[in-house]
Amino acid sequence: MSLTGRATPAALLRVLEREWEGAIQQHDTDKSPFPDRLLAVVRKFAPDVERLDKVVRLSGGASQETWSLVAMRARGPERMILRRAPAGVPVVEKIDLETEAALMQAAERAGVPSPHVHYVIRPEDDFGRGFLMSHVDGEALGRKIVRDEQFAAIRPKLARQAGEILAAIHAIDPACLPNLPRIKPREEIETMFENYRRWSEPRPVFELAFRWARERMPDESAKPRLVHGDFRNGNMLITPQGVSAVLDWELAHIGDPMRDLGWICTASWRFSVIDKPVGGFGQREDLMAGYEAAGGGRVDPEVLKFWELVGSMRWGVMCMGMGFRAKQSDRPVELSMIGRRTSENEIDLMRLLAPRGA
Amino acid sequence: MQDKPTPSDLLAAVAHYLRDQLLPTLTAHHAFQLRVSCNALDLVARQIAQEPAADAAEIERLTMLLGHGGALAELNAELSRKIADGDLTLETPGLADHLWTTTLAKLAVDQPQYGPYRHEATRQQ
Repeated sequence: MSLTGRATPAALLRVLEREWEGAIQQHDTDKSPFPDRLLAVVRKFAPDVERLDKVVRLSGGASQETWSLVAMRARGPERMILRRAPAGVPVVEKIDLETEAALMQAAERAGVPSPHVHYVIRPEDDFGRGFLMSHVDGEALGRKIVRDEQFAAIRPKLARQAGEILAAIHAIDPACLPNLPRIKPREEIETMFENYRRWSEPRPVFELAFRWARERMPDESAKPRLVHGDFRNGNMLITPQGVSAVLDWELAHIGDPMRDLGWICTASWRFSVIDKPVGGFGQREDLMAGYEAAGGGRVDPEVLKFWELVGSMRWGVMCMGMGFRAKQSDRPVELSMIGRRTSENEIDLMRLLAPRGA
Repeated sequence: MQDKPTPSDLLAAVAHYLRDQLLPTLTAHHAFQLRVSCNALDLVARQIAQEPAADAAEIERLTMLLGHGGALAELNAELSRKIADGDLTLETPGLADHLWTTTLAKLAVDQPQYGPYRHEATRQQ
């Protein structure tokens, strides 16, 4: 449900998996109007709803939709959000919508700011797959969060809050969750390397980064944790009071929790505010202090740097994939131009690997 | 030798028409794609202007680092191999400077508005 534009990691992964381009047909068996069917589903958990208002599609690729709606309840109007994959559409996300709902419920129980999941759609509802959740106020657009005056007072506190939230996410017992993919750091690096070699001419800066990363692989004996997978500026709702919700769990997996701390520091998510490494709003020290104070454990700055660097490699390799795929796409200009953004990651890698002094 | 207008002038004229006259008439989807297309034209214009000198300087630096000349793509492939094998490292005199200069030259064409580039390019002057 991120409204941060098209070039997000989750969106690009879908393109890389040939999902956007494979024309997807909708095969809903029930042909009655969408709002009527939606109302029937909403009444399963809120029988007092008289009607729905302002049913608007917000975003989404072909396989997943996000809708905003207002349920007219006995006590007054209530905004809700629907995440849905219509029936017959193959779900190619990293995790399915039922798992995403279960993760949001677990996050809410763990004290993570999160929309409340009202209802998970059942097969007998004949409404595809997905769930309904509460609407949460807040800004998701990273470039506004790092610049708008209304967030000026809260910005210095966001890095610490992000650290506290990550500590709560990482404390969730994976045994209480549905099955999630297990991603080991070395496997992720080697998959990225294969993709780089497939999608790009040789790039000296990336070769240097891969060598640097392979020489500093984190200890894999540490206990694997729930990893959000896309925790960054752009996937949190922010109000002038702070983080109001964590969104976009579709890249969640079991792995090294430090990956989440590195990703929110990765330069691509600073929206050009380069002196605020955490999301363009804060400092690494505050992120680490919040994480440790909330019970996440001590953060090794070298391990954080490893994952920050791997974050730039990951985003860079995704950009290469876009450029590689451009000619077969129905949006060749857009994908070509994302391909030419690979060099942004090269300058970010150079700033980490060979900083030019103060 | 071709006559004027130059390729750069033609690209600028096309971009001007698309941005200032066509863009306001389009739907949101096509307006987005057109803005990206105009950015692509601007990128091509920068590459036409900057690539010959930047490539010549890059070949010169690679010739020093590798001890022989050659075509740019082959020199870059060899440099990449030597970095992967650990034959050349950041301690190798000239390597870090070469990678910095090359990266800045790429960004000057690809994305001159990117924050880290603006920061590093200002510092260079």
